[in-house]
Amino acid sequence: MTVQPEVPQRRVVVTSARTSAVHRTRGATASREIDEQTALGEVLVRSLMRAQLRIAFYAFAATAVLLGGLPLLFAVAPQLAGIHVLGVPLTWLLLAVAVYPLVCLAGWAYVRAAERNEKDFTDLVDRS
Amino acid sequence: MSSAADIVAVSLVTGATVGLGAYGIRLSRTTSDFYVAARSVSPMLNASAIGGEYLSAASFLGVAGLILAYGEDMLWYPVGYTVGYLVLLLLVAAPLRRSGAYTLPDFAESRLASKTVRRLSSLLVVLIGWLYLMPQLQGASLTLTTATGAPRWLGGALVAVVVLATVVSGGMRSITFVQAFQYWLKVAALSLPLIFVLAVWHAQGSPSPTATSLPVMRTTTTVRVPETLDLQVLQPVTVRAHGVVDARAVDGPVLLTKGRHRVGSGTQLTLDAGTVVPQAVDASTQLNTSWVRPLSGTPSHDHPLYGTYSLVLATFLGTMGLPHVLVRFYTNPDGRAARRTTLLVLGLLSGFYLLPTIYGALARTYTPDLLLTGQTDSAVLLLPGRLVGGTAGELLTALVTAGAFAAFLSTSSGLTVSVAGVIAQDVLPRLGSVRAFRVASVVAVAAPLVLSLVAARLPLADAVGLAFAVAASSFCPLLVLGIWWRGLTAAGAIAGLVVGGGLATTAVLVTVATDPGRGWLGALLSEPAAWCVPLAFLAMVVGSWVTRDRIPPGTSRVLARMHTPEVIWSGAG
Repeated sequence: MTVQPEVPQRRVVVTSARTSAVHRTRGATASREIDEQTALGEVLVRSLMRAQLRIAFYAFAATAVLLGGLPLLFAVAPQLAGIHVLGVPLTWLLLAVAVYPLVCLAGWAYVRAAERNEKDFTDLVDRS
Repeated sequence: MSSAADIVAVSLVTGATVGLGAYGIRLSRTTSDFYVAARSVSPMLNASAIGGEYLSAASFLGVAGLILAYGEDMLWYPVGYTVGYLVLLLLVAAPLRRSGAYTLPDFAESRLASKTVRRLSSLLVVLIGWLYLMPQLQGASLTLTTATGAPRWLGGALVAVVVLATVVSGGMRSITFVQAFQYWLKVAALSLPLIFVLAVWHAQGSPSPTATSLPVMRTTTTVRVPETLDLQVLQPVTVRAHGVVDARAVDGPVLLTKGRHRVGSGTQLTLDAGTVVPQAVDASTQLNTSWVRPLSGTPSHDHPLYGTYSLVLATFLGTMGLPHVLVRFYTNPDGRAARRTTLLVLGLLSGFYLLPTIYGALARTYTPDLLLTGQTDSAVLLLPGRLVGGTAGELLTALVTAGAFAAFLSTSSGLTVSVAGVIAQDVLPRLGSVRAFRVASVVAVAAPLVLSLVAARLPLADAVGLAFAVAASSFCPLLVLGIWWRGLTAAGAIAGLVVGGGLATTAVLVTVATDPGRGWLGALLSEPAAWCVPLAFLAMVVGSWVTRDRIPPGTSRVLARMHTPEVIWSGAG
C-alpha cells in the first residue's frame, strides 16, 4: 500500500537526476579530452573526420561520375539526342528532370550517414 | 500591353517586402540580431529563406532566356545551381555552422589566426557580392522596361532603394521572413501562369519547338530594335520594316537575302505569321536541330565541351563561396540543423528549376522574335501574355513580373546584408556596430548600382556565372582545405586566394571589358573555372607545404570544434 505510490515517484526523480548527472560528467570529461587536445581526444576527432570525409567523398564521387560523365557521354554518343521518350528528347529528360531526384537522394543518404557517424562518435565518447 | 496591372503587382511585392521588413524591426535590437537573426530560425523557414535568397534574376529570368537561345547545353545552369548545394552539404554545412563564425572573413581569421587572410577574404566577399548584385539590378531594369516601358535606370534604382530600406531598418531577422515569403511567391509566380500556358499549348496541338528547322513566328508580331543590330539570315525572308535597314531608310516590305543585315536603332520590324525569324548575330544557336542537341553552342565561344565542364565546376564548387549563401548557415541552431536545412533546400530548388526550363522550351515556339532583338532574358515575362489573351493574360503577366521583382529584391537583400556586414566589420569598425552596418549597406548597394548603369550588358545567367567562377576559385579551396586539412597555413591560404581569386577576377574583367573572341582564348577567359580552381587548390596546398612549420597552433582545437557534435561540448568550452 505504501510501496505503490512510492515506486513511480522515486522512478521519476531518480531517472531524470541520474541521466543528467551522468551526461554532465561524461560530457565534460569527453569535451575536456578534446578541448585540451589530449592524445585520446585527438584520435577521436581524427577518426570522426575520416569517417565524415569518407561518406562525403562517396556521395561526391557518385555525383561527379554520374553527372560529370553526361557531357562526355553526349560527346561520344551524339545519337542519344535522337532518342525520344514521351515525345521529349532523352538528353533533355536526363538533364532537366532525372538529375534532381538523384541529387536529393544523394543528399538524403549523406545526411543519414553523417548523423549516424556522429551518433557513433557521441556513444564512443560517452563510454570512454 | 497594359502596364497598370504590372505596376500594381510590383507595388504589392515592394509593399509586402517593406511591410514584412518593418515587422522585423520590433524583433531585432542587438548586433547579433542584425547579422544572423539571433540563430533561432526553424529549418523549414530557413530553407525557404535560403531558396528565396538564392533564386535570383539569373534563375527566374536568365535560365529560360538561355534555354530559348542556346537550348540543351543551358540545362547545366540549373543543374549546377542545385548540385552546388549538394557539395555545400557534403563538405561545408555542418562544420561551418559549428565553427561559430558570422561571416567568411570571420571563418578565415578564426581558422588561420591571421588578419591578412581576413582582409583578403573581406575584399573577395565585396568583389563577389558586387559581381552578383550587378546583374540583379540590370535584371530589375530589364523587367520594369519590358513590363511598363519605364526608363532603363528606374528598375535598378527602385530595387536598390527598397533593399536599403529593408536592410537598414531590420537587418537579417526581417530578411528571413521576407526571403521565405519570396521563395513561395516565386514558385507561385512561375507555376500558376504555366498551368494556363500549358493548357493553351495543349489545346493548340502541343507544337514542338523542333517542328520547323528554323524558329518561325506563329502570330504576326512587331518588334522595335532598341539599338543598332546585326542580323544573320539563313533563309531569305520578307519583313515589313519602318526605319533603317542596311543603311537605307525603309517604310514597307523589304526582302532580307541570305547573309548579314544591319538594322538601325529604333527601327520597327513586323514579322508576319509563318515568317522565319532572322536572328541576332552570335546571339544564338540558329537551327532548331542543333538547339535541341547537347554540345551545340554557348553564348560566348565555340568550345561547348570545355564550356560545359568549366560551368559545371564553377557552379558545383562556387555556390559554397557565395557570401549571401554562407551567412544563412549561421541562422541554424546547430550543425545537425544546418545539414537538414540544406537537404530541404535541395528539395526546394529541385522543385523550382523544372519551371524555368519549361518556359525556355516553350519560348522557342512562342517568342522567337526575342532571338531577333537578343533580349531573350524577357522570355518568362512575355510568354503568359502571348498564349493567354485578355484580362487573364494581363493578370498572369503581372504575376510573373511580381515574381521577377521578388527575385531581384530577395537576392539583392541577402547580398547587401553580407557585403554590408563585411564592410561594417572590416572597413568602418569605429562607427559603432549598428550605425556602421547602416552606412555600409548604402555603400554595398550604391557601387553595383553605378556599375550596372555603366557596364556592358551580359546575359543575366552569364554574368552570375562569372561571380560563381570567382567564388569557386577563391573561397571553395579556403573552405574545403580549412575544414578538412590540418596542414593549411595562413601563407598557403593567401597564396591560393591571390592566385585563384586574382586569375578568375582578371579573366572576368577582360571578358567584360573587351571581346576576347569565340576561339580558345574567349573560351578560357569567359569560363575560367576549369583552370582557375585547380590552380587555386594547388597554390594553397603548395604554399601551406612550404610553410608547414607555421601551422597555426590552435588548429586541432578549431577542427575538433567544427567536426564534433554540439552535445558533447562542455559548458565552458
